[in-house]
Amino acid sequence: MPAEIVDRLRAELASEGREVTLAQDMPVVTVPPTAVRETARQLAVDHAFDLLLDVTAIDWPGRTPRFDVVYHFYSTKHLIRVRLKTRVPEAEPVVDSLRSLYGSAAFMERECHEMYGIVFRGNMDLRPILLYEGFVGHPLRKDYPKQQEQPLVPYRK
Amino acid sequence: MDTRASAPLPNPIRPAFERGERDDSVVVSIGPSHPATHGTIQVIAALDGEKVERVDVHCGYLHRGFEKECEDHTWHNLMPYIDRLNYCSGLINDFAYCEAVEKLMSIEITPRCRYLRTLLSEYSRIADHLTCIAASLMELGAMTAFLYLVMIRDYVYEHLADLTGARLTYTYGRIGGLARDLPDGWLKRLGEILDQYEEFVGRIHGLIDRNRIFIDRTRDVGVISTAEAINWGFTGPILRSTGTPRDLRRDAPYLAYAELDFEVPVGIKGDNYDRYYVRMREMDESVYMIRQLMDMLPAGPICVDDRRCTLPPKNLVYTEIESLINHFKLIMDGPDVPPGEVYSAQEAPNGELGFYIVSTGGGSPYKLHVRSPSFVHMGGVHRLLEGYQLADIIPTFGSVNMIGGECDR
Repeated sequence: MPAEIVDRLRAELASEGREVTLAQDMPVVTVPPTAVRETARQLAVDHAFDLLLDVTAIDWPGRTPRFDVVYHFYSTKHLIRVRLKTRVPEAEPVVDSLRSLYGSAAFMERECHEMYGIVFRGNMDLRPILLYEGFVGHPLRKDYPKQQEQPLVPYRK
Repeated sequence: MDTRASAPLPNPIRPAFERGERDDSVVVSIGPSHPATHGTIQVIAALDGEKVERVDVHCGYLHRGFEKECEDHTWHNLMPYIDRLNYCSGLINDFAYCEAVEKLMSIEITPRCRYLRTLLSEYSRIADHLTCIAASLMELGAMTAFLYLVMIRDYVYEHLADLTGARLTYTYGRIGGLARDLPDGWLKRLGEILDQYEEFVGRIHGLIDRNRIFIDRTRDVGVISTAEAINWGFTGPILRSTGTPRDLRRDAPYLAYAELDFEVPVGIKGDNYDRYYVRMREMDESVYMIRQLMDMLPAGPICVDDRRCTLPPKNLVYTEIESLINHFKLIMDGPDVPPGEVYSAQEAPNGELGFYIVSTGGGSPYKLHVRSPSFVHMGGVHRLLEGYQLADIIPTFGSVNMIGGECDR
């Protein structure tokens, strides 16, 4: 089953710097950051991946470009998942928002933004969601020290 | 004089709106600690009289840096954190995580472990749904129903404590197996609890299903269509309540679900009543599955014989040097998981619980991300609240069953 899907995705998506591979039985579409929205649209419209499951990022300090932004989609019609990956540099960690394609993108992009500092262009609401207003830094980046504390209310002496 | 009290506390959130659509709209802040919020969550609502015009939902009050902490622990040591994601059904979290790591390590678990995990997953699902239904009924004033359901849930928790040593935070999953096998007489007691479950859930059906007050509060309240539910990322009972039978246990059978006979209950129109009824029916299916599994449970070991992840037997640790070193390395360095990345999901009581794990080799995860159903549901819950009455926030939030532990991580 995944092999056929990979073949079909490869036939239709693999072009202009995009490639389709298979990792742990999951089709993986790797695209440049500028192609994220268009690829997601094709996945949603042409391949019936109608459920955006997850948006997250991976930090690889020392690598250029530094961040992977990772999306997982599920098709409630074909009952399969696909992973969409892109790489963005530290200086300009920007990808287009999928907010107009999937309502669920709004919240998940907010989380990814506060945790990794990825900017989702077109998502107007990137307020903190798990953290609080005024939190400095992006805690899931590898260079954010685990022990660092920024209490909102000063600790009692 | 105490100077601490005089300084105003900074507001941890910034609402999406300061005022409502009309001049006489009232903006109220509900929570984060309020009986109506069914968890530590803050709801900013713009009201037109009693009608909710717009809501802005804020979670994060239980955020504890789970994903950051995981990167600093060995694959086994982070198991207690995993339990605390959805603390109403900790075992399902354990098994979903273990399955993801086992996929990375190409481990196939033993038959007894496979059936036992399935049985315990369904048992946990019952406990989770009992909690959800009991709490939402109590919030509507049904104290008797609450006590009936929580009584059964307490039997389940005490029974699980006999097995795992804890009522909620079990730390019972192990990569490649389970912490320990069933104690004597455990299955006999399980049968008794299931019989009691049937008696008491029968009473709930009698008390609630055709209760005028309950129907008035829940029918046609918090309605969502299938297309909208999918667009907003809803999975689990909420998606099924809209009438679409999407269930990972059926669609992508893991553990022993392919060998079991069960139905996927669905609702009619995706309102609060349907979500109540879908959960009630799912518990019945879980009981049916557990009874099948009790007959199917094979004998044999519960852990794979793989020295990369399974601790050696204690008598060998004390008598031979290889096992001692093996034990030491597994505890201090952690299991050696090969490089790779995996997304693995199971059908948790609230929906799709996915673990996205990146390993670069070595004893701890490079990245561990949880796709928790509650968090995604909080992104879409405003669709269920807007346009209904202020008082409807209570049954609707109850039916969504937001669990702070997995939502805020």
